[in-house]
Amino acid sequence: MRRLIYLLPLLLFAGVGVAFWYGFDRDPKIIPSALLDKPVPGFELPPLPGHKEGLSTAQLKGGVTVVNVFASWCIPCKAEHPIITRLSRQEGLTVRAINHKDKAEDAIAWLNRNGDPYASVGADLDGRVSIDWGVYGVPETFLVDREGRIRFKHVGPLTPQVVEEQLLPLARELSRG
Amino acid sequence: MRAHLLAALLAVSPLAIAPTAALAVMPDEVLKDPALESRAREISKELRCLVCQNQSIDDSNAPLARDLRVLVRERLQAGDSDAGVLSYVTDRYGDYVLLRPPFKAATLLLWVGPFALLALGAAGTVFYLRGRRGAGSGGDTTPLTEDETRRLDALLGKAGPGDTALGKEALGKDGV
Repeated sequence: MRRLIYLLPLLLFAGVGVAFWYGFDRDPKIIPSALLDKPVPGFELPPLPGHKEGLSTAQLKGGVTVVNVFASWCIPCKAEHPIITRLSRQEGLTVRAINHKDKAEDAIAWLNRNGDPYASVGADLDGRVSIDWGVYGVPETFLVDREGRIRFKHVGPLTPQVVEEQLLPLARELSRG
Repeated sequence: MRAHLLAALLAVSPLAIAPTAALAVMPDEVLKDPALESRAREISKELRCLVCQNQSIDDSNAPLARDLRVLVRERLQAGDSDAGVLSYVTDRYGDYVLLRPPFKAATLLLWVGPFALLALGAAGTVFYLRGRRGAGSGGDTTPLTEDETRRLDALLGKAGPGDTALGKEALGKDGV
């Protein structure tokens, strides 16, 4: 029994080791969303000039929707754009967007150049609606269920891995259930 | 001359430092009502800038920090209490934006952890010191057997009844 006390430092070391093992793997820039499993905030964003639809709370009910926050000045947004396009064109998901603190003409030029996979784009000129969504860095991507609740959030550019392992399985599950 | 220069520098330095501390807050953000503005400054110091993480929004030049400073001032002008403004922001960004994390179940380890470790260390120290004192007085050690006593005496050069071979050898060398 007495001997066991000599194991204590070893156990403590192992504990610290495990904490570091997981701790170093986590990105401190990624903050858990306060809005997960909560209804999307009430908002209404105007469309980009020349586009028909903007983005509002009402559009996010009734079907599973991917909401992507992007800006023409944001380089990682361009990097993830082919993946967003794939979600819309090949996976058959409804993808809508919040255009974050952009100039309307820049956003339109960007969409003309890179393709427009979005069902609708809401122009958030002053970034106020983005704050309501808890956005702190573009790009960010949300998955909203049929009841209009936020079920998933990804900060930073989408990667094929995140799409295959997290976003698509959840989107399929939400569409079925 | 040099003393004068030093005195002048010392007199000026607080003035030189004070404005840099407020550099992040732009003049166009400042509210006209000084009482409201000072409340806004205090609240801003409690809120973390999510882009540069270890700065408050009061210190940070990041665009998001500016947006949040403006938001804080708008909420105050709309008549929110200080706690109301903070909860408006935490509703959107979670407790993470608070530079002083609240005391609740999820943060229990954070707040109580250091004290628990201290208590554990103190308990360990007390336990260890008690154990040592016990060993010193020979409380629970088993006494030497007769054979062990004899061998020990032999090695220490003390002659005893019924010396062993080892004892004699020892005596032969330096005993006489």
